[in-house]
Amino acid sequence: MIEINGLSYRIDGTKILHDVTMRLESGGITALIGPNGAGKSTLLHCISGLETPERGTVRIDGLDPFAAPARDRARAVALLRQSPALVSRLSVRELVGFGRWPHHQGRPGAADRDAVDRALGAFALADLAGRSIATLSGGQRQRAFIAMTWAQETPWMLLDEPLNALDPRHARDLMARLHALSRDAARSIVIVLHDINAAAGWADRIVAMKAGRIVAQDACAALLTEDTLREVFDTPFELLEHRGRKVVVAR
Amino acid sequence: MAERRVLWLGLGLMLLSAGFLVWQIRAPYGFILELRAAKLGALICVGAATGAATVLFQTVAGNRLLTPGLVGFDALFVLLQTVLVAGLGGVGFAQIPTAPRFLIEAATLGGGATLLFGLLLRRDAQDVMRMILTGIILGVLLRGSAEMVQRLMDPSDFAVVQQAMFASFGAVDAGQLGVSAVVLLAALALSLRLAPALDVCALGRDTSRGLGLHHDRLVMIALLLMAAMVSVSTALVGPVTFLGLLTASLARHLTGTHRHAVLIPAAALLGALILVAGQFLFERLLGSASALAVIVEFCGGLTFLFLVLKRRRR
Repeated sequence: MIEINGLSYRIDGTKILHDVTMRLESGGITALIGPNGAGKSTLLHCISGLETPERGTVRIDGLDPFAAPARDRARAVALLRQSPALVSRLSVRELVGFGRWPHHQGRPGAADRDAVDRALGAFALADLAGRSIATLSGGQRQRAFIAMTWAQETPWMLLDEPLNALDPRHARDLMARLHALSRDAARSIVIVLHDINAAAGWADRIVAMKAGRIVAQDACAALLTEDTLREVFDTPFELLEHRGRKVVVAR
Repeated sequence: MAERRVLWLGLGLMLLSAGFLVWQIRAPYGFILELRAAKLGALICVGAATGAATVLFQTVAGNRLLTPGLVGFDALFVLLQTVLVAGLGGVGFAQIPTAPRFLIEAATLGGGATLLFGLLLRRDAQDVMRMILTGIILGVLLRGSAEMVQRLMDPSDFAVVQQAMFASFGAVDAGQLGVSAVVLLAALALSLRLAPALDVCALGRDTSRGLGLHHDRLVMIALLLMAAMVSVSTALVGPVTFLGLLTASLARHLTGTHRHAVLIPAAALLGALILVAGQFLFERLLGSASALAVIVEFCGGLTFLFLVLKRRRR
């Protein structure tokens, strides 16, 4: 479980997070939704320990990410940023292999190679393992970066807008894959999404944020109401049902 | 494959060095060999230091167009020479024993570079364009300061400064060379030890920190190593702005890898190879030793333009 208590974060005098308190249950997919500037990415960075908050505490299964040694933190939580740096000479296998750094610190063993193979298989990248990441399509590249995060084999995986720049087919494939993997491998995934329908379709729980505060947090079906969405996004929505799933349409 | 290419580079350097030492040698053999060995040592030290330091700098800055010279290191060296000559006079400057002068220059440059690049990378590491611009402006400031002092100088003192402003492989002190070689070998060994961590560092600050790397600490260590290598190299022969860019680019192209365990030795060997081959060509075959620094800078400058234009096409 991730426990966040009274978390506040400020950049250049502007408060981005206001006294955020919440609990994220282990297992499945938790989607963070909210308008631009709601503080979703900042919250993810604070949970991962990469940004130090002004105030408040975070505990990841009891571990304090701000006080724990960097290696322990990297074994507890993995974060994929929105636009990771592209080192063009890397092959897909080499990129995914970096996910094992917290475990081998530069001396990879057989267990690390197995973990890389598993990650490549999990994200259907085995055939592309030898390809340079510079030659991949946007969707393949995104999968490769997520596979790197997966290879870190942390109980918690934080993904910051992984569907950016993906077409509907690749976005759907990725969410379906993450949904299946979160169940099969018993990993907890927290994912920032702008596509509310992707959250409605694949998330187990949703946390809605606005202006640096948590507006609502509940199971997916319970949270997605027209009133809550209007409050979060300041715009009216219509909720439809299609094959037993909720579909959100902005009016 | 990449490792094999590094071995070929090493072999090439050994053969070239042997040729450099014995080509058309005449009596007195001992004396000529000693002179040639000192020059060869300086060429290898400077080439290796510049190549390896540039790879380190490009990795921590996250930019393959940067060299320490481009962001003000050479200007720092010229300012230091100018201040020393202005303070002591041309004669006083010439009278400083070479060993203490070399050590003072190397230490001042090392300290200055660590401060300069530490400041640049700490404040602007997230914004590469701002970092480059800040570096260039700092370089202009340092150059401007040096020129201001030079305008107040006696013409004969100015001639002394002018001589120090360009790299010269002609006369190298054996004592300085020994110190340089020891510092360089130590810095290279430490850089190779850090190679796996530098590979992770190349992924960027946030990603590498997310993987549990002590990014900021690694950057400071890499900067210290880079400052040590470039300082001894510059104090030994003078500033060489573009050689590092040329060697680092060639090393990446030739090895086709991101791995610093291969890139650092490849860049070091290529730097040494280019300088030894260039000196051999100009001094022994064309009879014009002074052209080397100019030609190397010219080729390095062309590489810089090529890389900039290639990026723009993308």
